[in-house]
Amino acid sequence: MAPVAPRSGDVIFANVERVNAELFTLTYGAIVRQLLTDLEEVDEVNKQLDQMGYNIGVRLIDEFLAKSNVSRCVDFKETAEVIAKVGLKMFLGITATVTNWDVEGTTCSLILEDNPLVDFVELPDTCQGLNYCNILSGVVRGALEMVSMKTEVTWLRDMLRGDDAFELQLKLLKQVPEEYPYKDDE
Amino acid sequence: MGREVSESCVESLVTEIVSSYCNGFYADKPELAARRIEAIGFQVGHQLSERYTMDRPRFTDHLEAIKFICKDFWSEVFKKQIDNLKTNHRGTFVLQDNRFRWLSRMSVDPSIETLGSIQDPSAMAENKAAQAIGMHLYFPCGIIRGALSNLGIPCAVSADISNLPACSFVIRIKA
Repeated sequence: MAPVAPRSGDVIFANVERVNAELFTLTYGAIVRQLLTDLEEVDEVNKQLDQMGYNIGVRLIDEFLAKSNVSRCVDFKETAEVIAKVGLKMFLGITATVTNWDVEGTTCSLILEDNPLVDFVELPDTCQGLNYCNILSGVVRGALEMVSMKTEVTWLRDMLRGDDAFELQLKLLKQVPEEYPYKDDE
Repeated sequence: MGREVSESCVESLVTEIVSSYCNGFYADKPELAARRIEAIGFQVGHQLSERYTMDRPRFTDHLEAIKFICKDFWSEVFKKQIDNLKTNHRGTFVLQDNRFRWLSRMSVDPSIETLGSIQDPSAMAENKAAQAIGMHLYFPCGIIRGALSNLGIPCAVSADISNLPACSFVIRIKA
């Protein structure tokens, strides 16, 4: 296997339009709060956040590919590294460590070094089942689906629920072969 | 400078709020969708103005508070100040942003420019494009109302896009 090229999103992040993270964090908090009021069930809110994230991921992948100049990843290991070091950096200004690979190289964990979604956040007792950061897992899933990878993305550890880190598990379910909607000779 | 995120993150959230509420939960009830989107903005504005005014003395009158919104608050959120402020001196203020950031990347059907004010969402139901833009504006309207409410000024806020890409926010302070 070719060694993974050292890549970092620092330069890209320095060059994109940025806003102060408070606006982002508080907007996200207000969304979660409104969804809890409107949907009532915590499970429904988890689903909705995941869906919103998925919709965002489907769109953000274009911006990612356009600005990152990342070439095709040779395998899922490289994909995970690119998400951890370039993708997260470019949008959220953070990076993650990739760890806990299984032997097949299809499941791993991203340990976030930091998480701007949860600044100022504390979950009340009534929201214990809430996966507050579910939007992020949805974004990753949506983005990967656009580059032909069906994945399952789940939070294994969540500091809002008392864990010692934010751990996001990526599981590659299927690599969908690229299909063109037209035949070559048409 | 504090922590930053890419602007796409915020824009993505705003787009997703509007589409979830308008196409999902309240597809047939634009009034309800509008109210929810405004409520989310209100919450954000309320909290932001709390944070941005922590180290300031209390504002002595409405005009001072409005000026704070036009300058400091707008700069924090939109990285520019409001370009023009007008008032009738009887509690109505019009804040014009000549190039409102959140609309600058939206495509606009020119026919809606005659439509003007977006106070009544049901009146826009005929025109989907106008409705989409209008729905996006409930969020910043809510932010302004929330910010002023936190400063002890109850008001109603609407937006006027008859002059795109300029956008005017009309604040009516409740007596």
